[in-house]
Amino acid sequence: MNSDNNPVWALVSTFGLMSLFAVGGGNAAIPEMHRVAVDVHHWMTDKQFADVFAIAQMSPGPNVLIVTLIGYGVAGVAGALAATLAMCGPTAVLAYYVGRLLTRSSHSRWPAIIQAALVPLSIGLMGASALILALTSDRTSVAAFVTGASAVLAFTTRLNPFWLLLAGGVLGFAGFIG
Amino acid sequence: MPPDSPPVAILALQHPTSTPPGLIALFVAFAKISLAGFGGVLVWARRGIVDQRRWMTADEFNETYALCHFLPGPNIVNLSVVFGSRFRGIPGAAAAFTGLLGPPVVIVTILAALYAQFGEIDALRRILAGVSCAAVGLLMSAVFRMMMPLVKRRDLVGLVVLAAVFIAIGLMRQPLAAVLLVAIPLSIAITFAMRKRGAA
Repeated sequence: MNSDNNPVWALVSTFGLMSLFAVGGGNAAIPEMHRVAVDVHHWMTDKQFADVFAIAQMSPGPNVLIVTLIGYGVAGVAGALAATLAMCGPTAVLAYYVGRLLTRSSHSRWPAIIQAALVPLSIGLMGASALILALTSDRTSVAAFVTGASAVLAFTTRLNPFWLLLAGGVLGFAGFIG
Repeated sequence: MPPDSPPVAILALQHPTSTPPGLIALFVAFAKISLAGFGGVLVWARRGIVDQRRWMTADEFNETYALCHFLPGPNIVNLSVVFGSRFRGIPGAAAAFTGLLGPPVVIVTILAALYAQFGEIDALRRILAGVSCAAVGLLMSAVFRMMMPLVKRRDLVGLVVLAAVFIAIGLMRQPLAAVLLVAIPLSIAITFAMRKRGAA
């Protein structure tokens, strides 16, 4: 693998492979992205990873676009495009074929069994994402409180998530997060 | 269905797909859905496809989403491909896919450039630190919401599998591929065995 001398190729191979293993959506792949980007390739620091996660959550569009931000940090605009297409392309092709296959034989019971089996896996992955991100973002007790309050409010009310993100940003700007 | 509904509305509900959307309509619809979707696009996809445009019934949407949930990769990207191809084949899939990803990728790339330029500015770092704390809370609430059906059903096996994956990835930091290569076949086998026993 010549990933050391060609960063775009490293992005494509990393996210292309990850795309096919990312069961349960973009957020479930966060721990793997963190492991690869921070621990394996040293593309960014822990803090930078928490930053790009925040930017991806704040911006419109699917949250998986965190890979666009990682890609940009590694190799500029080319890196951003390469990472996005690598993360979304292979799975899109797979979705096309599986979608056609299953609409033809929709009476099989295997889709239901596989789906039921994957549900706990994807929740476990998302829980792991939340833990890893909490460990990188919540370095003070106030920060941990903001995370807890946001979790409780989002769980118990139908508040638009944007307001919680905005409130976090205001508290951060005021210097409470540290 | 209420008996006093006008006939046109009944027709629209029963045949939501009677006029298949064109390529441009697919692109525009998914671009709008995507750009509205702060903190997750699924809610907006449902609104746009089922409530506003009546391209699918609520049941059709749920089935399509369930299919996309067990495919690997970002669910909503899969949904755009499956949805687009159902109406217009490969060109339809491409139109929905580029509509969903194109405009936000441009925006996010601009934000990435700004971050690379100004990321070291203290005020911005403080704001991002605050936003990411709140964002982690949102993620936690999504996890709790998804866990509730398992807790209510007292699905002990599901909760054990969930906890095992959480420990392997979150605490032990094992590589995703290795964990899933073990966990997926195991979980499918357990689910299959449980259903067989339940049916017998």
